[in-house]
Amino acid sequence: MKANSPSERLFNGIIKENPTFVLMLGMCPTLAITTSASNGIGMGLTTTVILAASNLMISLLRNFIPDRVRMPAYIVVVASFVTVVQLLLQGFIPSLYSSLGIYIPLIVVNCIILGRAEAYASKHAPVASLFDGIGMGLGFTLSITCIGIVRELIGAGKIFGLQVLPLADAAAGKVGYEPITIFILAPGAFFVLALLSAIQNKLRIGAAKRGIDPSNPDCGGSCASCGNTLCKGKEAAVK
Amino acid sequence: MKELLLIIVGSALVNNVVLSQFLGLCPFLGVSKSTNTAAGMGGAVIFVITLASFVTGVIYKLILVPLDLTYLQTIVFILIIAALVQFVEMFLKKSVPSLYQALGVYLPLITTNCAVLGVALLNVQKEYNILQGTVNGFATAVGFTISIILMASIREKIRYNDIPKAFQGFPIVLITAGLMSIAFFGFSGLI
Repeated sequence: MKANSPSERLFNGIIKENPTFVLMLGMCPTLAITTSASNGIGMGLTTTVILAASNLMISLLRNFIPDRVRMPAYIVVVASFVTVVQLLLQGFIPSLYSSLGIYIPLIVVNCIILGRAEAYASKHAPVASLFDGIGMGLGFTLSITCIGIVRELIGAGKIFGLQVLPLADAAAGKVGYEPITIFILAPGAFFVLALLSAIQNKLRIGAAKRGIDPSNPDCGGSCASCGNTLCKGKEAAVK
Repeated sequence: MKELLLIIVGSALVNNVVLSQFLGLCPFLGVSKSTNTAAGMGGAVIFVITLASFVTGVIYKLILVPLDLTYLQTIVFILIIAALVQFVEMFLKKSVPSLYQALGVYLPLITTNCAVLGVALLNVQKEYNILQGTVNGFATAVGFTISIILMASIREKIRYNDIPKAFQGFPIVLITAGLMSIAFFGFSGLI
């Protein structure tokens, strides 16, 4: 695939540099709202819209924003789109608005968005940046929906609100699934993500043994690395 | 007074910002390798969040509400926080160099700490007045500091343990955080 073409950008965002599993960015919403699969999709698509719009806008403005004030400028662009999306959700999808609550305005500080603005949109043409945003957003949506499905299935025996595992009913003497409620509470989020990243580690160790270079732009696994210029340099070098 | 005490216990222990609301998770996982740096980060967070929740509270109550501009809160709050962090950094560098030496590296990281913006937004959502909001901010930051220092001291011990290869690094930290989160459930009986 040609570098920076729309399809290459989509592939890159969804698989190669998946923001959640590979870049380990945006952990706060990943853990907080994945109590159900539909919350995951809602949060993911909201973030995708904001990410695509802000990437496009920042790429269009990249020759006008002075280098020294670029971070505040990016924050204002992102915060404006977040406010627009927040008002739209409040007006048209109130159920999603109330279930995501405070985590919608907190998309502003989601490292994926500022990270992509800094690492990609500020250096590339508008169309490529738009598709980079869409790709990254869909990658994020995919991974948090997966985490949501796992937590909802184990914690409540449901997927997308549908009861897939029939629940046990002791009073009626019915045998069935006993939901492990802790998985839809806070600790469950940590456990599920721990298992998923352990699986990822396992695969990476396997790949290293088979002689495949496991290098990827993972920077120690947290948003704290967003402020870390070393990581950004590394990420830019990979491109 | 009783109300303020309830806010303090509630925000610092029962609804711990990291372990039950997942705000400020990034520094919690990233800067918890040693107790010293964790304490430094905690100090910087207490300082910035208390100040930020006071300033955002004042601006929300005195400017945004009278002018009917509350829909701008996200943009205004994040700009205030970014400016405040810059300002605090410059102020400390000039007047309290020793504190700047101790907190310096952590200050820029705080702008992207979702706990700061989160507390400001929660104060609005819970309709706290300026005093309650500031106290809530302080208590939340203390809760953050408690959990990051606990986490750092556990991680210092974990280093000497024999952990399965796949679980080394990030996964074992998350599992520890999960167990801590279960332990913090115990506090919910306090209120």
